[in-house]
Amino acid sequence: MTELFRMTAAQIAEAVRNGEVSAAEVTDAHLARIEQVEPQVRAFLHVAADEAREAAKAVDRHRAAGEELGPLAGVPLALKDVFTTKDMPTTCGSAILDGWLPPYDATITRRLREAGVVILGKTNMDEFAMGSSTENSAFGPSHNPWDLGRVPGGSSGGSSAAVAAFEAPLGIGTDTGGSIRQPGAVCGVVGVKPTYGGNSRYGVVAFASSLDTPGPLARTVLDAALLHEVMSGHDPCDATSIDAPVPPVVAAARQADVSGMIIGVVPELAGEGIQPGVLARFSESVELLESLGAKVTEVSCPHFSYALPAYYLINPSECSSNLARFDAMRYGLRVGDDGTRSAEEVMALTRAQGFGAEVKRRIMLGTYALSSGYYDAYYGKAQQVRTLINRDFEAAFERVDVLVSPTTPTTAFPLGERVDDPMAMYLADLCTIPSDLSGNAALSVPNGLAPEDGLPTGLQIMAPVLADDRMYRVGAAVEAALDARRGYPLLNDAKGLA
Amino acid sequence: MPGSATLVGYDEAVSRYDPLIGLETHVELGTRTKLFCGCPATFGGAPNTHVCPVCLGLPGSLPVPSRAAIEYTIRIGLALNCSIAQWCRFARKNYFYPDMPKNFQISQYDEPLCTDGWLDVTLGDETGPDGNPRRFRVGIERVHLEEDTGKSQHMGGATGRIHGADYSLVDYNRAGIPLVEIVTKPIEGTGPLAPVVAHAYVTELRDLLRSLGVSDVRMEEGSLRCDVNTSLSPRGSGRWGTRTETKNVNSLRSVEQAVHYEIERQAAVLDAGERVIQETRHFHEDSGITTSGRSKEEAQDYRYFPEPDLVPLAPAADWVERIRAALPELPSARRARLQEAWGITAAEMTIINNAGAVDLVEQTIAAGASPADARKWWLNELARRANDTGAELASLPITPADVAAVAALVGSGALNDRLARQVIDGVLAGEGTPDEVVAARGLAVVSDDAALNAAVDEAIAANPDIAGKIRGGKVAAAGALIAAVMKATRGQADASRVRELILARLTDS
Repeated sequence: MTELFRMTAAQIAEAVRNGEVSAAEVTDAHLARIEQVEPQVRAFLHVAADEAREAAKAVDRHRAAGEELGPLAGVPLALKDVFTTKDMPTTCGSAILDGWLPPYDATITRRLREAGVVILGKTNMDEFAMGSSTENSAFGPSHNPWDLGRVPGGSSGGSSAAVAAFEAPLGIGTDTGGSIRQPGAVCGVVGVKPTYGGNSRYGVVAFASSLDTPGPLARTVLDAALLHEVMSGHDPCDATSIDAPVPPVVAAARQADVSGMIIGVVPELAGEGIQPGVLARFSESVELLESLGAKVTEVSCPHFSYALPAYYLINPSECSSNLARFDAMRYGLRVGDDGTRSAEEVMALTRAQGFGAEVKRRIMLGTYALSSGYYDAYYGKAQQVRTLINRDFEAAFERVDVLVSPTTPTTAFPLGERVDDPMAMYLADLCTIPSDLSGNAALSVPNGLAPEDGLPTGLQIMAPVLADDRMYRVGAAVEAALDARRGYPLLNDAKGLA
Repeated sequence: MPGSATLVGYDEAVSRYDPLIGLETHVELGTRTKLFCGCPATFGGAPNTHVCPVCLGLPGSLPVPSRAAIEYTIRIGLALNCSIAQWCRFARKNYFYPDMPKNFQISQYDEPLCTDGWLDVTLGDETGPDGNPRRFRVGIERVHLEEDTGKSQHMGGATGRIHGADYSLVDYNRAGIPLVEIVTKPIEGTGPLAPVVAHAYVTELRDLLRSLGVSDVRMEEGSLRCDVNTSLSPRGSGRWGTRTETKNVNSLRSVEQAVHYEIERQAAVLDAGERVIQETRHFHEDSGITTSGRSKEEAQDYRYFPEPDLVPLAPAADWVERIRAALPELPSARRARLQEAWGITAAEMTIINNAGAVDLVEQTIAAGASPADARKWWLNELARRANDTGAELASLPITPADVAAVAALVGSGALNDRLARQVIDGVLAGEGTPDEVVAARGLAVVSDDAALNAAVDEAIAANPDIAGKIRGGKVAAAGALIAAVMKATRGQADASRVRELILARLTDS
């Protein structure tokens, strides 16, 4: 047997189910790995070793009692620190929530526990999920296991780094503008943004409500699919949750066959502004899909070029309202409460000290965009653009089964390179934003290394609403073909960790 | 406390200015749960015990709308003759305040659930040219649904207000209770009746809401709260003046007072050649005056936008029709039906209604009293007593069955009116049912001719002058002798029998 921490989630689950290894041993192996590499990677904000061991032992007890184990029972997982957890702090990477222990579990947290998934801890993120590098975390950045001097992407960069560094076979992130797919791509792992409403947002600290989508990160497409099915499904506690069966993504990942599928290339997402090596790998994979029996065609989505500006009006608008609740009155940081100041002054001092620069920037942008007299020109206009982007997708999906593009314009950039240039940072989400605005499903699968820097690139596969299974079919086919061509998993080439 | 403003006398004010009023009424719905979570929506409770992550607005929590609250709102809209939106949305109203858990309120903005209705109100003391009570049709602009806020309590300091307080406590039990806002269109053409129309509107609305079973509509507990808009324009100008919005108007009487006061105050401002400031004003229950609050000119920008945590609200047409079909008989229809059944005029019905006695009279009739008797006892005798003590008629410790029993005792001749009032005294004093009071106090009309004849003879003997007048044909003078007999029998004599006996003695009839 390989080292336990190098096993996939599917392998671990099977080994635990068959009694080849105990969940406790698996958990200990991952905790040891975390101890070993965490000083370099810094993926976690909180490691819950005791709670994880307890959860693992419970799985072992259930098995000993002859109970049927779920498809991921005993598999460790790294949870983004934006999900509420009763037994672990939830900070969202912000000083304003430092030390907050929520009194309730998010629906997804609860589903993970009920499935016997072992939550190892909470992972680092850009503050309130605003960013593409984890550098906006109040607790310092995480590091890319491919090159510790580079960012792991963001905002779910802690989870992607943990999965890429073999600290956990599974991670969960949230995708608002690309925050699962982009860190997945630059860390060389699979990142999935399911259909909006397919995964509950209850207990996910809101950033931009109409965009936030929880989803899996994993080292294989099948692992992502297994997690997708465990975490998804209708939740009566979330009014935007879709009351429909979860698409059969595990079966699709196992099928891994694209013959007969029609695949559309979006020229607006595969041209200007894309790093040459990223584009080269993308073109090769399009050819690969054709060789695997898919029909490839070009599908123009003319309004995608307006996606980024529209996103940067809608997202800050919702954010400015969602983050208003952090006011020192009920929980979290409180600054200046010395008996001489009014509640309003304490609110202002707390928010001034507790929020980072990017959060303040978005709150100000959003407050402005929603202001009386500006609403129609900004928020209203952005919603109209959103409708046009939806129509582009609808028209495209009348002609093709899935759309493909590079996931990110570039490979992982060096730490510090874009911290003072918000526009450059925002461009990291150029290709991922359209499907967040529309609510479509999208998946990023590792797509080889860019020749010029030897860093991972991602292939993005976009599917219609509630047709998430299609992108798993395509993703698994690409993954299998690339692994077969290379002869070993991509992450074996990650040399960042000594 | 700021002092009173300069005022112009009311009659003078309305002789030169036309008032324009509008009312915004907030009603807490009596649903079992709060609007967006499963916490109980009941009034009171130890502070912060009816709370959960959702109504505390904890990070990550999400609202899920209550079907019952939406149904109640539609019920109100239908009863107010509104159109029900086929598609509408909740919106966020953003502002910071410590008793608002999320620092935004989930409300409705430009897409309310119910629009464009009306409510007819009847003025009790004012009759039109046809002799019937005057009616006003009050247009309803909109009815929408929103969540209530928590409640702040400011501790220490002299005034109990936020300025000067040592610290503040917040109770979130009320946060998230469903609140319906009912906004009238501007009510024009009331002239001097503006305060009375405002009073009658809120009364009618309260009765309507109560009949719908959607709220306990207790103004004293804050489950019905009014904001009153008032403006003046020079008489006959047809223009609209600048309005003030008076908040904190929490009784029917206060609604009337607030409008009355604002008319007098604004008239003085305009007479002095100044402009009325568009502002929020606070009503003071103790003094009946309003004082300036924050100016609307520096009002907040609420940055309304569609609530992204909720999907649009699209009530199915057949659901709305089922709600319409299940509406109970509304107060105005019920009053028309009862008016006819009781054989009374519209003015008489309005008096019963304004006294809050419709239910009481109806139940008294159901218990066997005649409509005339039921009205007489409740509106004359009992209304006077309620008024004396400042109590609501319905809260007097006497039941419709008791009143019917008193009426029956009078009708059978066992009591006269004067004795009946003593019986009512006894019932109100907790001495038991009318029969028990009659027995305990030994109250009974004396109609035994032997006993009465002795008293009659005595009275005639003691008043020879009066007896002489009667003999001379002045029958009306008998009253004095009857009074003497009644006095001698301590009121227990049957007065009509006494009269007969006197006349039999002194005349040929």
